[in-house]
Amino acid sequence: MALSTMPSMRRLAYGIARAAGVASRRLGRGGGTSVPGAVLLRLRPNAIAELAGGLQDGAACISATNGKTTTARLLAECLEQDGTKVLANTAGANLGSGITTVLLARTDERFGLFEIDEAALPALADALRPRVIVLMNLFRDQLDRYGELETIADLWGNLVRDLPTETALVVNADDPGLAELGFGDREVLWFGVEDTRHALEDVPHAADARRCRRCGSGVVYDAPLLGHLGHWRCESCDLARARPVVAASRVDLDGVHGQDIVITTPHGEVRSRLALPGLHNAYNATAATAAAIALGIEPQVISPALSATAPAFGRAERVRLEAQDMLILLAKNPAGVNQNVRTLLLEDGPLDVMIGLNDRTADGQDVSWIWDVDYEPLIPRLRSLTLTGDRAYDLGLRFRYAGAADELIHTQPNLPLALDRATREAASGGTLFALPSYTAMLDLRQELVRRGVATEFWRDG
Amino acid sequence: MKLRICHLYPRELNIYADRGNIAVFRQRTGWRGIDCEVVEAGLDEAIDPDAHDLFYLGGGQDRDQALVAPDLVATKSDALHRAADSGAVVLAVCGGYQLAGHGYKATDSSALPGIGLIDADTVAGSDRLIGDLAIEVELDGELQRVVGYENHAGRTRLGPDVQPFGKVLAGAGNDSESGYEGAMRDRVIGTYLHGPLLPKNPWLADRLISWALQRRTGRVPELEPLADELEAKARQVAIGRAGRRSG
Repeated sequence: MALSTMPSMRRLAYGIARAAGVASRRLGRGGGTSVPGAVLLRLRPNAIAELAGGLQDGAACISATNGKTTTARLLAECLEQDGTKVLANTAGANLGSGITTVLLARTDERFGLFEIDEAALPALADALRPRVIVLMNLFRDQLDRYGELETIADLWGNLVRDLPTETALVVNADDPGLAELGFGDREVLWFGVEDTRHALEDVPHAADARRCRRCGSGVVYDAPLLGHLGHWRCESCDLARARPVVAASRVDLDGVHGQDIVITTPHGEVRSRLALPGLHNAYNATAATAAAIALGIEPQVISPALSATAPAFGRAERVRLEAQDMLILLAKNPAGVNQNVRTLLLEDGPLDVMIGLNDRTADGQDVSWIWDVDYEPLIPRLRSLTLTGDRAYDLGLRFRYAGAADELIHTQPNLPLALDRATREAASGGTLFALPSYTAMLDLRQELVRRGVATEFWRDG
Repeated sequence: MKLRICHLYPRELNIYADRGNIAVFRQRTGWRGIDCEVVEAGLDEAIDPDAHDLFYLGGGQDRDQALVAPDLVATKSDALHRAADSGAVVLAVCGGYQLAGHGYKATDSSALPGIGLIDADTVAGSDRLIGDLAIEVELDGELQRVVGYENHAGRTRLGPDVQPFGKVLAGAGNDSESGYEGAMRDRVIGTYLHGPLLPKNPWLADRLISWALQRRTGRVPELEPLADELEAKARQVAIGRAGRRSG
């Protein structure tokens, strides 16, 4: 191996990269979740493969538009309860630089669990050589950055075709956009949701993947479940949803509090009480279960692990404020926000809601996606609505043209002032629901830390 | 008085939140007590050029554009030409703008046919033109800034039978070289501006509503002014963004 001939060069490169991380933190340029990796990749482009070689028990990669972070947490809990010490990019730095940074900081962990950006997955999977790859869903997100969904699906298709046969593929059977990626004779561990009591009346208006990837005809649904996910088939050729091997056979949603879920697997049933609300989290739990099964973990280990998993950073995270609780529901693309809205509608009584929209790089600079969200059913249920962030006025227009009364629409781009207003309006002893875009969520959390409530974060688990 | 809209291919062409534009037509007529009817026309469905006064054509992903292009030529082109020639309003946004022209040539030299409603040709460029976009538009002798977001690989060149819709103030526009954005003839407008286009440009929305009602009644309707404070604020933010993009 080339690296063994140059151990000192290698050590030097790693040393420089680590020092860059320390410097970055000292200069106040953030937590250094990406800097050391970015530096190292410049010095040694092959660093990921080199470092991943140290993971004796291998790695797993998870990619999706929605659910990467939560699914990784659920799977990490399964692995930990199975006695495996896990190295993971928990800070959500899901590009090459972030993953390299995590690998560089490895101590005695033997297994790597990585959530990976959709477009970055092929190159990273090639370097990481994971035992399992989980492909969960593709929804519209950040159109300014990615271009179009089909492009990502084609990238994933190339990845699947070039994959070593020993890599297990865990794929969502309910996403027609993930069928026909080019699996050929390869064995796929399909997962999905079988409980059709949660079927929607119709597929949402701007749903993706409405055309068969094999023949281009329309995709029709026996049970649309979440966006374009559901029980589907092509209206003309014989392409249809694969029968999931790991399936959520019973999902009992309990509003914003969580849900009871039964997942059937070839090795027996998983039964859990999730602290994570909504059908999207049923998908996440089923994906994590399928990956755990692929890694040889038994259902009796998976069940308590799923129940013990607390919500991730800003994803159904509960914060105690002075007069009420705040529930933060990350709201970054139409499919995700539609799920948030659906979950809020399960609550009783009038709702106090604050929505934050930024248009920075990590949010997507094109904010037109808010017009694809179905906010309409929320409007008659609102007691107060506070709209904030760099693009607060765009949100205001979205609600104005959705038919909300002008008196209901309160716009305040300044987040601290918006938070003051929202908490003042919200019912004492109740819950203020915050739906921030990605960087608006980071801003909101930072403001909560500044106000000293961050230390009182508590979790449903 | 009734605004009669035909929304073309809502199922296929909706990638940049095109329904926001339809919502603006509905609400801005509704707030003024004017009826609004929206009829959807999808694949294989013929349209009646006299039954609607405003036709809306949005943009889609590549696969959907390819599906719509031949259908548009086969089932709707004649009717749209007749409608446009008799004063109907046609608003074609992004991919819809390209199909309203003579067609689209991809980098692999495959091509999509257009209906030639607008004298313009579109050829794919090597990169996408993405970002906030502000242009200056003159309609009925009135000069206004129009603002939105653009995201397109196509470079559109205008022929002699069409005027640009506007002059680029900040952003790329038709091809990032000509300094022009969109195209216009009679009451047909093609543009790359989404965001969606109309919520932040109520002046343009009202102009289109007024034109469409005029076609039906033969006279310019009185549209009472609305309290567009939010619209003005959102516009200011977007204009600021576009300004920063070019400088």
